[in-house]
Amino acid sequence: MRILVVGGGTAGTIIANNLARRLGPETRSGKVRITMLSASDRHMYQPGLLYVAFGQMAPDQLYRDQASLLEPNIDFHVDPVKQFMLDKNQVTTESGKVYEYDIIVIATGSRMVPDETPGLTEGAEFFYTEASAVKMYQKLREFQGGKVAVAVGVPHKCPIAPVEVMFALNDFFKARGIRDKVNLKYYYPIGRIHTIENVAKWAKPEFDKMGVEYETLFNIREVDAKNKILKSEEGTEVDYDLLIVIPQHRGMEVIERDNLGQGGWIPTDRYKLTMTGHDNVYVVGDTTNLPVSKTGSAAHFQAEVVAENIASIVKIGSPVRDYDGKVYCFIEAGHEKATYAMFNYLNPPDLKPPSKPMHWFKLSYNQMYWTSVRGLL
Amino acid sequence: MSVTKTIDARDTFCPGPLMELISYMKHASVGDVVELLSTDTGSANDIPEWVKKVGHEMVGTEQVDGVWHLKVRKAK
Repeated sequence: MRILVVGGGTAGTIIANNLARRLGPETRSGKVRITMLSASDRHMYQPGLLYVAFGQMAPDQLYRDQASLLEPNIDFHVDPVKQFMLDKNQVTTESGKVYEYDIIVIATGSRMVPDETPGLTEGAEFFYTEASAVKMYQKLREFQGGKVAVAVGVPHKCPIAPVEVMFALNDFFKARGIRDKVNLKYYYPIGRIHTIENVAKWAKPEFDKMGVEYETLFNIREVDAKNKILKSEEGTEVDYDLLIVIPQHRGMEVIERDNLGQGGWIPTDRYKLTMTGHDNVYVVGDTTNLPVSKTGSAAHFQAEVVAENIASIVKIGSPVRDYDGKVYCFIEAGHEKATYAMFNYLNPPDLKPPSKPMHWFKLSYNQMYWTSVRGLL
Repeated sequence: MSVTKTIDARDTFCPGPLMELISYMKHASVGDVVELLSTDTGSANDIPEWVKKVGHEMVGTEQVDGVWHLKVRKAK
């Protein structure tokens, strides 16, 4: 059986390693072949970008060589897919090669698309790429006071990030001794300050204590970078001195180009994690159109289900588990404290008071991640 | 009235039904009608609130077997 994993991010790497372990004898005997195609020879720990934006991690701490993370019985190529031909069970790659498969896993992820909002690239700071996170840190360091506006595009990766960045900004300016010269304003797309009701209930009094002002039902329409004005779809306009935006995201271009899913999000069965109408096509992580957070955590839990199911198909001819919508997100809450939100399709998160040990656990996880993607944790 | 797209946002806490609707409306064409399915008890209030504020049009709200069916026409 030929198993093709497309994408070397969190989900793809966990699936490939998990399969390589579960199917060790089968890969050695030649009954199974596991191939991974990735766009990069490096693997980035994306949650670390928030720390880079606040000068708490150096960019080089975010990377490992992808090949060093993979089990030796995985056939790894840096050769991104150029075209999916699902009716033929084939893909072609940028190098011109054709890869055939019996089962394919599509884990190509997502990308920020600030250029789709007029003026946003010129007028705002981001932390969703290495370069933008470094630039944001430099802007924060230079900032001497005024109004810092934080706004949120839809859809976006890491739904906890908007809340975390407010805590981080409060701490950052306090540490610099200029918090009294900074007005922190928060603009959120829906009618409360976070999409998860229990997170919103917890964060609101915390924002009030920090002196963070907020406006809800605010969706970014455009930015007048010259005059430093942010305009909303709802018809309001606000001024700013420094604008930080959680940018709108899309799936990868190849997904849209091949008409696999609008916006680059592939229609996916929420329990089986197979593409609608294609039983041998698994979709995981940000690439799905599921109503689930686009986070490494969701990718991780989905990957474990998919790997176990593909291994079971090899061994007994059928899958054995459903994905229950599980997500676990750390929430950095400032003052060197953190909490977490754990939920699934049916059970909302029950937030605990932030604590220092949970913050230390998050800092530890920043290193433990490399164990996690190897499929060991 | 024909529904252009149905969004199944039942049993989801994050990103949630309204975020799903906002996301879809970015790609929709003026005149498209989207039907949002939601089990969130707040949807019957917060969806119409946003639709009114942003200038789209609510064209249907009903609850069937515990599921809200909210129909919205993109108006601009």
